[in-house]
Amino acid sequence: MEVLTLLGVLVALAAVVAIVGHPLRRGPEAMERGTSARVRDLEAAREAKYQQIRDAELDARLGKLSEEDHRVLDRQLRAEAIEILRELDELQ
Amino acid sequence: MATFGRACLILGLAVALYGIAASVHGARSGRRDWVVSGRRAVYALAGLATVAFVVLEIAFLRSDFRYEVVATHSSTTTPLFYKVAAPWSSQEGSLLLWVFMLSIWSSLVLFLTRRRLREVAPWATAVLLGFGAFFCALLVFLESPFDELPATPVEGTGLNPLLRHPSMMIHPPMLYSGYTLFAVPFAFAVGALLTRRVDAEWIRSTRRFALGAWLALGVGILLGARWSYSELGWGGYWAWDPVENASLMPWLTGTAFIHSIMIQERRGMLKVWNASLVLATGVLAILGTFLVRSGILDSIHAFGASTLGIPFVSLIAVMIAGSVALVVSRREALRSEHKLDSLLSREAVFLGNNLVLVGLCAVIFWGTFFPLISEAITGDRASVGPPWFNRYTVPLALVLVFLSGLGPLIAWRRASAAGARRNLLGPALVGVAAAVASVALGAGSSPPTVAMMGFGAFVLAGVTQEFWRGAGARRAMSDDGPARAVVSLVRRNRRRYGGYVVHAGMALLFIGIAASSALQDTQDANLRPGQSMRSGDYEVRYVRPTSSITTTSDGRLERVNFGAVLDVRREGKHVTTLEPSRAFFPSTAVDEFGPVGRFFEGEATSEVGLKAGVLRDVWSAMTPDIDALKPMIDEGDKVFTRFAQDGNVTQTARSEALAQILVAITERYRRSPPPTTFRVITSPLVAWIWIGALVIFVGGAIALWPGGDSVRRRARAGYKARVARDLGSAEEREPVSATS
Amino acid sequence: MDPSRKRRVRLVVALTVALLLAGALVYTTFSAASPERIPSQLSDAQPGQSYKLGGRVVAGSIRRERDAMTFEVQDPKGPAKVPVSYTGSVPDPFREGREVIVTVQREGSTFVGERDSLVTKCPSKFQSETPS
Repeated sequence: MEVLTLLGVLVALAAVVAIVGHPLRRGPEAMERGTSARVRDLEAAREAKYQQIRDAELDARLGKLSEEDHRVLDRQLRAEAIEILRELDELQ
Repeated sequence: MATFGRACLILGLAVALYGIAASVHGARSGRRDWVVSGRRAVYALAGLATVAFVVLEIAFLRSDFRYEVVATHSSTTTPLFYKVAAPWSSQEGSLLLWVFMLSIWSSLVLFLTRRRLREVAPWATAVLLGFGAFFCALLVFLESPFDELPATPVEGTGLNPLLRHPSMMIHPPMLYSGYTLFAVPFAFAVGALLTRRVDAEWIRSTRRFALGAWLALGVGILLGARWSYSELGWGGYWAWDPVENASLMPWLTGTAFIHSIMIQERRGMLKVWNASLVLATGVLAILGTFLVRSGILDSIHAFGASTLGIPFVSLIAVMIAGSVALVVSRREALRSEHKLDSLLSREAVFLGNNLVLVGLCAVIFWGTFFPLISEAITGDRASVGPPWFNRYTVPLALVLVFLSGLGPLIAWRRASAAGARRNLLGPALVGVAAAVASVALGAGSSPPTVAMMGFGAFVLAGVTQEFWRGAGARRAMSDDGPARAVVSLVRRNRRRYGGYVVHAGMALLFIGIAASSALQDTQDANLRPGQSMRSGDYEVRYVRPTSSITTTSDGRLERVNFGAVLDVRREGKHVTTLEPSRAFFPSTAVDEFGPVGRFFEGEATSEVGLKAGVLRDVWSAMTPDIDALKPMIDEGDKVFTRFAQDGNVTQTARSEALAQILVAITERYRRSPPPTTFRVITSPLVAWIWIGALVIFVGGAIALWPGGDSVRRRARAGYKARVARDLGSAEEREPVSATS
Repeated sequence: MDPSRKRRVRLVVALTVALLLAGALVYTTFSAASPERIPSQLSDAQPGQSYKLGGRVVAGSIRRERDAMTFEVQDPKGPAKVPVSYTGSVPDPFREGREVIVTVQREGSTFVGERDSLVTKCPSKFQSETPS
């Protein structure tokens, strides 16, 4: 039993080292920073903004928002979306 | 094998510590390879925890009593199903389960987000591994599941029979899933604050993590309530027990967070509030785990050695101090971008919802920890009971249900008063009608119940209206039939309509809770066969006693049962037959209680006689008077001891003699039963609690369901074109400054 | 009133209301709570005040009568004990030698338990009964 246990432990140890060490053996790789993080953030913001535009439209169609209020809100939201798209274009 | 299991845990601790170092180094130096290595450490920990857990399970399944935990929590007569679940009835086993769940869920989350949240993820990994290392350290140094006994006992003590119910097998893993899942948004919040990246990407991911955790914890809590109602002999589903409260608190703050994070997403507001909420939820989740295991508060769940007290308190102190320090030092990054536009907006309703939920959490926290607080202030330890909790939580719950009905009917940002009126009128009328109807049906004795009926109906009517109008709008646009319209409506707006379904479920749940707690009729009576008692509209007659002996599949005696047959009638017509009983499990202490007597001195559990219905439940439990059988039991002890002393008697003959004596005792109970105490409870609308829970689960699943990517992509392409078109026209109208 | 002043007023009002409610909560809890006691601390118990009595059920002291159950509760680590008369649901794990908590009020020389307030601590979950 003892030998088996010892073998088992060694196998586990080897597996752990292999799993954890694999990326290190490939060599240093810098993380993308700065710009691409901002891009991903803007993409998420864009999705959220589109969802808000759709929500406003649904609200209007269901009568929770008057036509006039919806027009104002929609213009505002689209302007915000345009800003996001503009910044995205600049970075990409 | 035990050594191997222990080695896995030590290795797990080591790899967790390595992972923390690797992740932090990778984050600070910008080296992706170290970051990935750190993430893989989580996978490795998951693997090791799984192996250790499997080793423990195998030990239980094989009834390997060399292991101390197996000997003290299982036995050869324990049914297979419960042998599988017995590990987590022990302190050590449940800590191992915690590490197992934490590492599995963390691995899953980190794998799914491996290409996103690049700056935040390494720090989140470090935090999650920190928790893993903490629990591994507990398992290695304080509460090892792989401790062996110096001498292997022949038989184990057995699983506490109170736990022999399917719900009890799923309840701890579900609760632990909830607790460990709440560690994930906590970890990502810490990471986001550290890197000052509290932004749209973080919001989107964290909300999904929180929703998943919220679902799991909610299911765990409800399973516990269900078990309490259908299995325990008191007929209730919630006792405001400290451990119950401890699981409810993170769920409440989690609910608040799921709502208020949407305000941050839309308006860039409440950043400090949200950061604090998600951090507090993580702290409360650990506190919940700790409370169950520490015994610092009196509770029916009070198990757990006090050896765990200091480590846990230290962890919680570190978490609180760290959270406060983070939020304060990052307050620049948490500055609000906008303010609330209007009080008549969904954002304002969400804000109200937050205040109520946090208020509920604060009240429950105060009441739960009051014994410690009062001891600290006055030196005298005092506690509050269910009446106190009900007094403060009921009004808050009423406001909460009302707001959950109001929210869906109000637009985002700024609702028009006319629009709001139009949408509120129908549901409000339904609510009032329901309240009036409930008074007519006899709920007038409890104003809070009437109010809850009204608000609940208001919510349900509002949700129905939303689905109706939404489907109608979809049909106006496309040519879908009504069913397809609803489906496509939900698919395009999963968050919104999933949320509506959850609200509907909550309304049903609260209606069930209100009716069943305020309007139930509990009756106790001491009856002889043939006598009757009344409960609610029912007449319950004790027809005859029952008794039996239950053996396991291999012929060993598992328990002795004494029960009753009850005939339930309403206005003379037979409604149902209930068969409550009590099961007596043998004690292993032969010397103390005698060879026959020990069968009646071990654990006893109630088997509830329950008739559940859509409108009401009839619940019954009985307590047989065993004392009346004592003379016969003592006689049996004498007879058996005399018989067994004879050296010529075989083991088989001995077992048979014992069985005959027990059978004779059970027959005597049937022939001349002593008067028996019965409790019969009639509760209206209990079933709606469980139905509501199911609806909540479905709604949560809808809201959580991943993307409908094709739908989104198509919509996005369409929108992109439209917005691009707008871009063109906008430039023509307003000359843009030279930044593009 | 300009919007930002309106917001400030709302905030102040909300905070004041919250503080008042919190204050009311704290104040009423102290009067509504039942002090926790073990039998040796009940000698000066006031009638009309409910106490949360904790201790062990004395072996052989459980008597079930028609309308009530009587038993004695002893200090977890001491000889002092008090008689308790209780009606209501009896939890499944209840038996002599177990630790219980019951809300009681003094009535003469005995302590009457509040209905359904008897709680028995889940025993032997992590401590095994001595296997023989």
